[in-house]
Amino acid sequence: MSTMSLGKALNSGLRRAMEHDPKVVLMGEDIGKLGGVFRVTEGLQRDFGDRRVIDTPLAESGVIGTAVGLAMRGYRPVCEIQFDGFVYPAFDQIVSQVAKLHYRNEGRVTVPLTIRIPFGGGVGAVEHHSESPEAYFAHTAGLRVVTPSNAADGYRMIQQAIASDDPVVFFEPKRRYWEKGEVDDDGALSDVPLERAVVLREGDQVTIAAYGPMVATALHAAHIAEGEGTSVEVIDLRSLSPIDFATLEASVHKTGRLVVAHEASVFGGLGAEIAARISERCFFHLEAPVRRVGGFATPYPASRAEDHFLPDADRILHEVDRCLQP
Amino acid sequence: MKYPCRAQLVKGVQVTTAPVRVPDTRIPEWTGFDGLVQLISVDGQRTVGCPYWELVGDVDANQLRDLYRDMAIVRRIDAEAMALQRQGELALWAPLLGQEAAQVGSARALRHDDFVFPSYREHGVVYCLGVDPVQMLRLWRGAGLSGWDPDVHGIATPAIVVGSQPLHATGYALGVTLDGANSAALTYFGDGATSEGDVAEAFGFAASYVVPVVFFCQNNQWAISEPVRLQSHTSIVQRGRGYGIPGIQVDGNDVLAVLAATRLALARASAGEGPTLIEAVTYRMGPHTTSDDPTRYRSAAQDEEWRAKDPLARLSALLHTEGLADEEFDRQVESDASAVSAALRAGCLAMPDPEPADLFDHVYAEPHALLQEERDAYAAYLAEFDEGA
Repeated sequence: MSTMSLGKALNSGLRRAMEHDPKVVLMGEDIGKLGGVFRVTEGLQRDFGDRRVIDTPLAESGVIGTAVGLAMRGYRPVCEIQFDGFVYPAFDQIVSQVAKLHYRNEGRVTVPLTIRIPFGGGVGAVEHHSESPEAYFAHTAGLRVVTPSNAADGYRMIQQAIASDDPVVFFEPKRRYWEKGEVDDDGALSDVPLERAVVLREGDQVTIAAYGPMVATALHAAHIAEGEGTSVEVIDLRSLSPIDFATLEASVHKTGRLVVAHEASVFGGLGAEIAARISERCFFHLEAPVRRVGGFATPYPASRAEDHFLPDADRILHEVDRCLQP
Repeated sequence: MKYPCRAQLVKGVQVTTAPVRVPDTRIPEWTGFDGLVQLISVDGQRTVGCPYWELVGDVDANQLRDLYRDMAIVRRIDAEAMALQRQGELALWAPLLGQEAAQVGSARALRHDDFVFPSYREHGVVYCLGVDPVQMLRLWRGAGLSGWDPDVHGIATPAIVVGSQPLHATGYALGVTLDGANSAALTYFGDGATSEGDVAEAFGFAASYVVPVVFFCQNNQWAISEPVRLQSHTSIVQRGRGYGIPGIQVDGNDVLAVLAATRLALARASAGEGPTLIEAVTYRMGPHTTSDDPTRYRSAAQDEEWRAKDPLARLSALLHTEGLADEEFDRQVESDASAVSAALRAGCLAMPDPEPADLFDHVYAEPHALLQEERDAYAAYLAEFDEGA
């Protein structure tokens, strides 16, 4: 066991994946000598060479499109998109090619591509550097979408994503890059499947489902609620496509109340899908409507106003209260 | 002859795996030739003095006849598919009429370990790579999304999104380099695609990484209704030069010239000289697809002008003038084409529709809970009708 930040855990996970499989190659802008703008690939080009850690021209569609060709040649590319707001030039390649090639080839071609995207706000960045575009990708059949919330999961999940024969969009909660945790980096790889949600904190009155950067906020909210005498269960979804509804259902059967929290705008977000499905499946177990808390129906605001846009523990607890007093 | 090792190159292109040293990346300076490459004139005469002749010095009478047979069969496949669409058997067809030489000439330059990334009009290339023509129709009939195993035939499933595939070819070629292999990727696209950002990005990546890729643009003058001058104010071949990608502009209706140009580009690729852009100047004699009506946007005079440059007619003229073909040969080709065409029609009509459960297959390579749930629910829903009956 080691204590390390999420960023370092991802770096260690990438290193281990590269050691494990010589077909794993990293591609992206500034990932070589610089080690990526968040240093997630730090030292990897030095140790694996510039044929396995490849700096690319500044063209996101080009990064993904060439990675598709590499995958068809038998490689297992891991692409870094520098920031969430810069993924859109690659959207066509991701949606029309990466996601669909296995289907369009009736299973004869696999695209074992991992697309790493630092996402979310809370770091005081300028525009286009704080977005949460996960719903676009979760809506696209053929992609798997996952996000770790902590260092231990970062280390394990990046290796699982790379080992998957399906394309995985791997969202990294950038404001949690520097948060440290215990990482089991000397044992065998986790046997928790990539698509499994986990209960991080048990409770019996309200369930909060969160993912990525909002998990820590949800845990904080649960801690405050406990002090106020409310027992809150916190689920880290980890996988956004598919979503582990079995774990959510089991929790809602127990608590009868669900709040879904994410940074992305509530309208058309993953909370909507979760609310609809849980309402369909757990209607007679619910004591209150499923509630959602997330960003407003605005573009991501100027950073000095972002604390109003991003749900904090208080806004989550506000929805918890509304569940308890419907 | 500027460089002494040119003969070595000509020898090299006939050997699939032998590394070939190409003397100079600047093709015009090597060949001493910067014009439109043409080896057979419009009236079927061999041109004199073009250095590209050396690249096809091995093509004998038998091979010339084979090239003609390929083009004739491909033209017949295309005509039969058009007819099948008009009869309601295909949802759509993108005809290649007029582009047979560009496709057959380039495809016949491929070595066994090269890999092709086509657009949706490359039926002639697909044919040359040994795919059963019936399987070409699956996509167009709506019976499936692909027709062949890319690894078996060395050609990817056609790209319908215009300009998306040159990046795939570039990445594949990067993989060839990383593998230390000396094969190449070749990608086909049209004049319209050169306006797409992905094509520009492919040029940039390929030039930067010096990967073995051939960008083969069939400039057929029209992107549906838009003339090539709307896409570019320079010739297509010039568009590579800003990226440092040498180009060859070739008469796309001259199968021998296309063969020569593609051999040169593939040899450069295998010699580690990087990408080449080939502009095959040709003409789409038919509509863009069966849904198109070219009479709304182009003149009959232009069609007539290009009909005179027909790729089959000119090779046929050469074969007959030089006594390399006779009426018996023509009858045999006609008979071969008819047989392929009849088998195509029969195979198309016999092609089964997909089963409902098929649509859930191959969305993911690994199990996916949501998809399994939907598959089961839909199967149960359909089963209710069976029980009712």
